[in-house]
Amino acid sequence: MNREISRRDFVKASGALVVCFSAASLIEPLIEPFALAQGPFDTHSSHVDPEKLDSWLAVASDGTVTAYTGKCDFGQGMYTVQTQLVAEELCVPIAKVKLIQCDTSVTPDQGTTSGSQSTPTNFNTRNLAQAAATAREALVTMAAQKLGVPADRLTIENGVVSSNSGGRVTYGELIGGKHFDLTVNASAKRRSPDQWKVLGKPLPSMDQLALMTGTFEFVHNVHAPGMVHGRVLRPPDTAATVANVDEKSVQHIPGLIKVVVRKNFVGVVAEKQWQAAQAAKDLMVEWKPGPGLPAQKDFYDSMRKQPSRDLMLVNSNDVENKLKSAAQVLKATYSHPYQAHGSIGSSCAVADVQADHATVWSATQSVYPTQHGVAALTSLPLDSVRVIFVRGSGCYGLNAADTVSYDAALLSQAVHRPVRVQLTRQEEFISENYGSACVIEQQVGLDANGAIEVWDCETWTASFGGRPGYDKPGNVITGMLAGFDPETITPRTAVEPTGELRNGNNAVPSYVVGCISGKCGGAGSIRSERVLTHAVKSPFFTGPLRSPVRLQNTFAHECFMDEICAYVKADPVAYRLQHLRETQIIDVVKAAAKAARWDARPSPKRGIARTATGIVTGRGISCVAYEGDNGYAALVAEVEVNQASGQVQATRFVVAHDCGPISNPEGLRNQIEGGVLQGMSRALGEEITWDDRKVTSTDWRTYHTLSLGTQVPAIDIVLMDRPAAQATGAGETAITLVAAAIGNAIFDATGARVREVPFIPDRVKAALFRRA
Amino acid sequence: MAAISLKVNGHLHAVDIDPSTPLLYVLSDDLQLRGPKFGCGLAQCGACTVMIKGRAVRSCVMPVSAVKEQEVTTLEGLGTPEKPHAIQQAFVDEGAAQCGFCLSGVILTAKALLDENPKASDDQMRAALSNVLCRCFTHTRMMRAIRRYQRSRA
Repeated sequence: MNREISRRDFVKASGALVVCFSAASLIEPLIEPFALAQGPFDTHSSHVDPEKLDSWLAVASDGTVTAYTGKCDFGQGMYTVQTQLVAEELCVPIAKVKLIQCDTSVTPDQGTTSGSQSTPTNFNTRNLAQAAATAREALVTMAAQKLGVPADRLTIENGVVSSNSGGRVTYGELIGGKHFDLTVNASAKRRSPDQWKVLGKPLPSMDQLALMTGTFEFVHNVHAPGMVHGRVLRPPDTAATVANVDEKSVQHIPGLIKVVVRKNFVGVVAEKQWQAAQAAKDLMVEWKPGPGLPAQKDFYDSMRKQPSRDLMLVNSNDVENKLKSAAQVLKATYSHPYQAHGSIGSSCAVADVQADHATVWSATQSVYPTQHGVAALTSLPLDSVRVIFVRGSGCYGLNAADTVSYDAALLSQAVHRPVRVQLTRQEEFISENYGSACVIEQQVGLDANGAIEVWDCETWTASFGGRPGYDKPGNVITGMLAGFDPETITPRTAVEPTGELRNGNNAVPSYVVGCISGKCGGAGSIRSERVLTHAVKSPFFTGPLRSPVRLQNTFAHECFMDEICAYVKADPVAYRLQHLRETQIIDVVKAAAKAARWDARPSPKRGIARTATGIVTGRGISCVAYEGDNGYAALVAEVEVNQASGQVQATRFVVAHDCGPISNPEGLRNQIEGGVLQGMSRALGEEITWDDRKVTSTDWRTYHTLSLGTQVPAIDIVLMDRPAAQATGAGETAITLVAAAIGNAIFDATGARVREVPFIPDRVKAALFRRA
Repeated sequence: MAAISLKVNGHLHAVDIDPSTPLLYVLSDDLQLRGPKFGCGLAQCGACTVMIKGRAVRSCVMPVSAVKEQEVTTLEGLGTPEKPHAIQQAFVDEGAAQCGFCLSGVILTAKALLDENPKASDDQMRAALSNVLCRCFTHTRMMRAIRRYQRSRA
């Protein structure tokens, strides 16, 4: 039957019933060696126009689908799960999908891969997901025309479109090698989770075999033809400036190519890496010291006395009166140190800067912003700079990947050859943008029944520099040393909040209503509320570190909630539920408590002796609506506390986790497991330290991470699947909860409250000594 | 500079190099091997680990001249993607990686321990790994992978 397909039928194809038959081969991963073909959270216009379907997808004549994404994989699984997404939407096996990640020449500008935004950005109804859905509908329409059959009588299996009357045509035959010439269709229908054959399946990360056999190419393994090696010399303190560089001091180094000085940026280039290392060690640089550092022991107090940039997030304007009339007022102050990303591999980049163009191989989270930064540093036109993402060591945020990319570009420009730079461990620790130090003051008023009537929270966050974005290369150390200004704090008093509740930093506790002009975006029920934040100037560069500031604020909110529970002698789960009203967070709290077989009773445990020295056990809970609405989780921690030594050992973590529809449960579990243990390391040991001039935690003896020899707790995970919800981020939710849950468990076990991270033995012992 | 010959993963290489150069730089720059990696240069993390005479050695602090005629085995010398070694397969089976930068230290340290003491207890494994770092904290899966490999040899 040859029926003429009308234009109307084509249009109807987008609403047609398309069945992608199940096929086991759809999720059989490639077994050949894996080779990488190689702030702004939204998708930006660039020469790779994100409105055009061809910017995201190309189908070759053999049916291979090449997809282009601006969200890249650092080990958090974005390569695998985006491959699943494209395979799912196009009904092709994953082995037929080739994903190109983050390359300014070919991928759409999706800003930065960060902030738990890759999944919300690319897995809902925009960008990569929507492009793939658009492509599928376009291919069905083409097949309907070619086969002369209405779209609703077509099925797709493994990239082949068939009609019920026996006709068949492959994607390759339909479009192979040609452009779609379509715009991404906002109303193309995404395949729903109940239809999924590839998404939602526990696919192992596709890079595993290459990683385990040492054949995976990291940026550290890039060898550009003619490449030489650079090293940098950082100032002893961030504010020091170059007084003199004695080039003669390294003339004896064989293979030395050049000493490079640009304002306060100093580096060396040599033929071999070892020669560059020797030159960097021997080069005599006289630094004019900066003004010195504030004393670490008084730092949290001094933060609160700085001029600050203030933001009022919510204010019911009745907080003072309510506190005055409350039956009881409770107060506490919490503090959280600077912490390092501490990537296991120090940061590395390769740059080839020539007179009229530059190529940078970089592990940056932000290829497009880095392109802008390199263009500014080298004075090359933006279009002549190409930044290609090549994976580095896990970064967990703004480690030194951006700054070392600038280092490589400056050194390469000076010698007109490709230069590889890898920082030393010590330079990594003084070159990165630390997670901010925070102080959080909490105050609540209770009514006569012991319920919370009013919550007042004030936070101080130390900040300096940050992500360079498109126009601030000075936000990381190399840019500043080369003469660009970092972003700094302009003091400003708070104005009354307007618009929607913004809880991106989780400064607003989950237990308040979060009302602005009658519109309430909070997760809780407390109506009298005030949250005031202060950003103050940091003496060190700061930037996003996994769950930036959200972790610090959540530590304070969830420990304080626990203190209130203890004061009113309420069970910490029941009392939380009493003050929550949003379904998702209530559900994760209940699910975690159930899975942990939560022992419902007030904390601390009964019968704790003030002078006891034995090992005691306890449990604590914490919960979060991450960034207000970007994922939900609750964590129960069980700990042992050695009261003689102050040593804390977590014995079990139970996590309940809700990120909407789950794209890959295997990858999700890996993220949660790693997240809670990284959170434990940060809670128990990690802290940047300094003296009057310089940072003193510059290696793994002075910055304390938990080694692989650490006895780790059993981890039980409850995944809540919500197929009908929007997909949220999942890499930062669980880590946000750990310091609070452990702190609450220590209190339950001992009756001692530790209000400062990390919970090092001396700090725990001091709290034990103070306990009432 | 001096001519140094080096046997790595079954192949003999001749390099002209400053003999005080750390073995790691020769492996990664001159031989372009990807397994051993620079993590700290201080023998504190394990990312540069190679095997020499059955022992896990930190190549970032070992001068190349100290290797002499001993054969060096790197992570890629253990097995290949087509034919992974049993311990590499155990890590694949357990999905025991995130970024994967630390794996030379984890896999080769565990292999050296179990070659020497096939019945190593959990405590002995933890002691052996107490100077190996993984900053993605893939600890649970890695310990499971090591035990899986241990069981497979029994």
